[in-house]
Amino acid sequence: MDGTLKPTAAVAVGGARLRMTAEAIVIPLASVCAAAALFSLFLLFLGKSPGQFFALIWQGGFGSSFSIQNTLQRSSPIILTALAFAVPAIIGLTMIGAEGALVLGGFAAAVTALPLIALGVPVGLTLPLVAVAAMATGAGLIMIVGWLRHARSVNETISSLLLTYIAIATMSFFVEGLLRDPGSANKPSTTPIGKDYMVGSIPGTDVHWGFVAGLVLAVALWVLMARTTFGFAARVTGGNPRAAKAQGLPVGGLILACSAISGACAGLAGFFEVTAIHGQANASLVAGYGFAGILVSFLGRHNPLAIVPIAILFGAIEASGGLIQRRMGLPDATSALLQGLIFVLLLASDTLHGRLAIFREREAR
Amino acid sequence: MLSPEVLTVLIAMLGGAIRVSTPYLFVALGETLTEKSGRINLGLEGNLVLGAMMAYAVSFHTGQPWLGVLAACGAGLFLGLLHGVICSLPRVNDIAVGIALMSFGTGAAFFFGKPYIQPQAPRLEGLALGEWSSNPALKQALLINPLFFLGIAIAVLLWWALANTRPGLILRMTGDSEASARAMGVNPVRVRILATVAGGGLAGIGGAFLSLSYPGSWNEGLSSGQGLMAVALVIFARWNPLRCVWAALLFGAAGAIGPALQSVGISQGYYFFNAAPYILTLFIMIASARAGLAAQSAPGELSIVK
Repeated sequence: MDGTLKPTAAVAVGGARLRMTAEAIVIPLASVCAAAALFSLFLLFLGKSPGQFFALIWQGGFGSSFSIQNTLQRSSPIILTALAFAVPAIIGLTMIGAEGALVLGGFAAAVTALPLIALGVPVGLTLPLVAVAAMATGAGLIMIVGWLRHARSVNETISSLLLTYIAIATMSFFVEGLLRDPGSANKPSTTPIGKDYMVGSIPGTDVHWGFVAGLVLAVALWVLMARTTFGFAARVTGGNPRAAKAQGLPVGGLILACSAISGACAGLAGFFEVTAIHGQANASLVAGYGFAGILVSFLGRHNPLAIVPIAILFGAIEASGGLIQRRMGLPDATSALLQGLIFVLLLASDTLHGRLAIFREREAR
Repeated sequence: MLSPEVLTVLIAMLGGAIRVSTPYLFVALGETLTEKSGRINLGLEGNLVLGAMMAYAVSFHTGQPWLGVLAACGAGLFLGLLHGVICSLPRVNDIAVGIALMSFGTGAAFFFGKPYIQPQAPRLEGLALGEWSSNPALKQALLINPLFFLGIAIAVLLWWALANTRPGLILRMTGDSEASARAMGVNPVRVRILATVAGGGLAGIGGAFLSLSYPGSWNEGLSSGQGLMAVALVIFARWNPLRCVWAALLFGAAGAIGPALQSVGISQGYYFFNAAPYILTLFIMIASARAGLAAQSAPGELSIVK
């Protein structure tokens, strides 16, 4: 009897799953196409060729090995900040403090590197120590948010936004005062850590190791959140905190752990910004990566694996900005405008999920 | 008797606080209006920057700065309409849409604003209220932009209207309980869209102040996140338009300490003061969350106080 039921049940489940996957891919793709179509109309209105525009995005983002490397390089901080948003989102918290954790983590990296270098600690030991300092700083900042949420019922969205501003002001306070390198005249910065102590590139490329770190963390966090009891407990808490508490789950501990992971990801992004790109901490760290990460995480539905391709797509749009500016005479803000349009339409398309007849399971009559 | 240096700092701070606070005042009033309807708009930074660009461009082309203010308001209304409509769709996250519209608004402002970075547009003239004084610093401090007084007038009007008029009552009811609004035959979706549109327009006017008065030019680094801080200001003001004025002045004074100290040669260490309002807001949130105060003064339907 069971034998006769099972195959049909399996087919039905398989069919539902297929439909859900199709829905999760078709709706976002359709909204990206809609954004592209709208932007094409806009370009036609300006008297520019949409064909050339999208060809240039392809060329500047993926057309040559140089542009692919440029794309991957730009996507790496976004992957990390998107992970920083996704992990708390899975446990039901909307934390928008990745920007602050990135800035403070990067600042901590620059500050801890200097005495270690002065003491003559070898590079192989300095960089891991500095990375740990950056991650711990970021984690500490976001854990304040998690603790305030759990123990004091302070809204995590607002407190993380406030802490972002406090973090940026803290960095400015030190960078423009005590820790300012006298050599940085126009743009107050900490003393450069020097070429020898910079994080290098992946051999054979110009892409710094931050991209690999992002990939590894995305896979690791996917496994953690989707395939372990910790992740299961976090998802249960995200679905219904009261039920989780009633089941005896350590909700406070889970929230703190997710906050720590989130802050550590963003802090690591700050570490790579300082040790692989800028070589020092200054206002360049405040580049909006934290906010871009929030949107990328939403578009990937907070799935750590889905974040990677989306971040790469946005990295490509950014990487092609210079080419578009030179070849088509469009302002460098063109890519920002296109990104904003895609973000808005993709988020609006969330409303279509579960409402389109072709993706809905036909009711058994 | 105060020493001349302290006096200089105080006068510079007074003028600075009024100047810096005006955009804060408009975004705070706009956000209050939106949040009173039970919805949060995190994207007012986009309205502010797009408003600043539109104001500058229109003032440049027409020679009429007040037309620029109108255009800025229009740009803000448009972004508010987008936010209001998109967030009314089911299953759409209002916080994410706010951040997306922030990046769309600033992107659009930078795209269309490129040609206006160089040229000089006519600015809004301040009202010289310090003519009676012989002190040039005080005269300078009391050269106050009419938009500041417009902001205060709007604050008083909003405060009065929320408490005493039918639309004000409908707005508060929608924000406090969607169910009772529906029971009274009010369409909460329409109320929230209107509140978001109007709030967006106010934030746009705040942008016009940035480009047409202080700092008084258009460039891509014009706003330093005043729009994003609207949410904090509103919590600080506990959703009361009159208290928005004080909150904006306090945030403005904290931002003005730096330049004021620079006028007497102190150029370091004031970044702590920039952070002070945010630290204070955080402490207010912690204190009120514990005492359950948030539940008393905040709109009941607002996601951020639940």
